[in-house]
Amino acid sequence: MLIRRPPDIRPSDITSEENYLNRRDFIRAGAVVGGSILAPSAMAAIVPEAHGAKLGDVARSKYSTDEAPNSFEDISTYNNYYEFGTGKADPYKNAQDFEPRPWTLTVEGHAEKTGTFDFDDFVKPFDLEERIYRMRCVEAWSMVIPWVGISLAEVVKYLRPTSKAKFVAFETLNDPSRMPGQRRRSLDWPYREGLTIAEATNPLSILAVGLYGQVLPNQNGAPIRLVVPWKYGFKGIKGIVRMRFTEKQPKTSWNMAQAREYGFYANVNPRVDHPRWSQARERRIGSGLFASKQPTLMFNGYGEEVAHLYKGLDLRRNF
Amino acid sequence: MAKRLHTCTKASTCAAISKKHLDTLQQVRRIWKPVVFLVCLIPAVLVVTDAFELTGRLGANPVEEIQDRFGIWALRFIMVTLAVTPIRRLTGWNWLARFRRMFGLFTFFYVLMHFLTWLFLDQGLLLSAILEDIVERPFITIGFVALLLLSALAATSTNGMRRHLGRRWQTLHNATYVIAVLGVWHYWWQVKKDITEPLTYAVILAVLLGARLIWSWVHKKRRLRAAHQTPQRS
Repeated sequence: MLIRRPPDIRPSDITSEENYLNRRDFIRAGAVVGGSILAPSAMAAIVPEAHGAKLGDVARSKYSTDEAPNSFEDISTYNNYYEFGTGKADPYKNAQDFEPRPWTLTVEGHAEKTGTFDFDDFVKPFDLEERIYRMRCVEAWSMVIPWVGISLAEVVKYLRPTSKAKFVAFETLNDPSRMPGQRRRSLDWPYREGLTIAEATNPLSILAVGLYGQVLPNQNGAPIRLVVPWKYGFKGIKGIVRMRFTEKQPKTSWNMAQAREYGFYANVNPRVDHPRWSQARERRIGSGLFASKQPTLMFNGYGEEVAHLYKGLDLRRNF
Repeated sequence: MAKRLHTCTKASTCAAISKKHLDTLQQVRRIWKPVVFLVCLIPAVLVVTDAFELTGRLGANPVEEIQDRFGIWALRFIMVTLAVTPIRRLTGWNWLARFRRMFGLFTFFYVLMHFLTWLFLDQGLLLSAILEDIVERPFITIGFVALLLLSALAATSTNGMRRHLGRRWQTLHNATYVIAVLGVWHYWWQVKKDITEPLTYAVILAVLLGARLIWSWVHKKRRLRAAHQTPQRS
């Protein structure tokens, strides 16, 4: 079996998974015993300046899975984020010096509340929630990730889209001086993604700003990224700077690159194979060298929440 | 030494081999062959030591990492094997030919390890999935065909088989070129988007195969000229 070497991030820097999952009990106990000593850390709002800073006041969610989350190390060193290189370890290596501040989000299109917002102002009106979600990559591997985020449905409601808004389009920052991977045309920059309004307002959709109770690491899409757990990972656009409410289906990056292989919907579907590989099974990261792959579930196991969105839609054609 | 040389060189040329040449060959056999053999094993040893995190790490997806490493080394070894002849011709270092079979067999070794990793660790010996992949996924079909061809070459790589097959041996072993093309194709086809690396191998292969075409073309021309000139001189 593997003998784990300590990761570059010292374990003491990270809240252990066990402590993390029990932190509410811990804080509650602290509040009872020590009164206000522990309270400030729990009350603090997002502390965006510090990397790996703890996020305060994170509510648990009924949408979280009770599967064991992957280690912080696995989640933050094995990434697809072509803005920082096409290798799995590239984002971890190349995003260390990235400064996700100052950061603005521009909201455009068919909505009443449009304009450019500072990131902190954009996030402030919403409650932070922990969502432990399965993540299924189109490359047939998966993880369980304890995100911290805000409900996209709440955000959309807040921005008051008009009746013309049928889709939400997202764009990643396009700045080759800060994102070295963009100096090569591995994709047509900026990275683009999109959802139907119904998908965006589904309670599962979140904009993540944290991981393991801390500010989102750069390589995972800091400061803000999309998480739609019933879709393949590439739908989870990172480093978002723009949201646009549109009438027509927006262009999406992987579909633009290879339309035959990557569709707009990109719902996890074990019955519809990628043209070059099977999607029936997946390798769970962290399961060890000798673990077998596990069966992939329809909608990544979130059918109960999302299957109704696709009633009458031919999922083989609309892959 | 002289006796061994008889097995691969004609007696007439054998007599003409100088003492110096013999020394070189002996040095190649006694010292350099074992050294090169051990060096060729390093990538495989590193996979094992990295698995135990003694030298490095295999990362979050060790199965993929092991498979990729064996695959890339297989490609590198077939390129090295194909580079032997052009380099020998350019530099006159004929002793290089003595390593060609070893490089070829290391290509086979790394392809086999790549295949076994896929079979045991990736697919977990799940027969239905394995057969489906070989039949339905073109890039896996290509890789599998390359493995079968390479097995045939490995099996016929001994001196005995070479003698036994005579002229047919060379024809069979020309399949190396086909295997190299299939190998690069296999790599190209499985990459998601960034084709820089497969393209690099494709260019190297094009140069190595191109060198052979140029060589045979120049050679043919020389022979033709020689045939023309001989009657004039006499």
